[in-house]
Amino acid sequence: MRESFGVSGELSCVSRELSCVSRDLFRVSRDLFRVSRDLFRVSNDPLAIDAVIASVARPSCGAVATFVGTVRDSNAGRRVRWLDYEAYAPLALRTFEQIAEEARERWPETHIAIHHRTGRVAVGESSVVIAAASPHRADAFGAARYAIERIKQIAPIWKHEHFDGGEVWIEGATADPGDEAARQEAFARACS
Amino acid sequence: MFVTVRLFARLREIADAGELPLELPDGATVRDAWQALAARTREIEPYAASVSCAINADYSKMNASLKDGDEVAFLPPVSGG
Repeated sequence: MRESFGVSGELSCVSRELSCVSRDLFRVSRDLFRVSRDLFRVSNDPLAIDAVIASVARPSCGAVATFVGTVRDSNAGRRVRWLDYEAYAPLALRTFEQIAEEARERWPETHIAIHHRTGRVAVGESSVVIAAASPHRADAFGAARYAIERIKQIAPIWKHEHFDGGEVWIEGATADPGDEAARQEAFARACS
Repeated sequence: MFVTVRLFARLREIADAGELPLELPDGATVRDAWQALAARTREIEPYAASVSCAINADYSKMNASLKDGDEVAFLPPVSGG
């Protein structure tokens, strides 16, 4: 009898410790969630690809497609030294949300995260990370491709290229979120 | 009324200001704000055909009306990614 009391006392200790451990685990996972839950971000900080993936990954999705845009060492015959990115951050975040909504109209079960860097970005470093999670890979790839095409069309972000011998602002598309032809072009590229 | 104009990238450099106050008559549109700006800084005029605009960090049209205290942004062609 005494032995069995002893065992049950130890068991209750073990169970108390287990409940402490599970509380700690809960706290850790909640903190991780807090760190990684930003779907859309514009920041001077280096991009954390794992965090972008973690913000969209979920048990229902068997595929996460990522796109990482990096600074190239040449452009239009110039030797690029670095890029300085400028953004109208509040509008960029809204634009990212809109792009994700547009993608979900086409690929309804897809979850998209977009993090874009601002400030000076060295050759080889990442300027943008996109993650698209979906139950199946075709949708994940399509949505990620669509997102980068739309970012180039309508995100209020600019590259200031510093190259050997000078600097130049890169000016691409006139941003018009209502331009249906541009949107269809992005869909066509995503589905090609 | 007064609005705050935000300028970015090359436009910001040409105007030598990322943010400036602008006085406009009541009922003025975004286009009126652009023209008032271009009257002050002629060098931005070539952007008239390619510029985009936003009111309070939301994309807008040039014929949208402004109200006192609005933030109106002019965006040269974008190049993110």
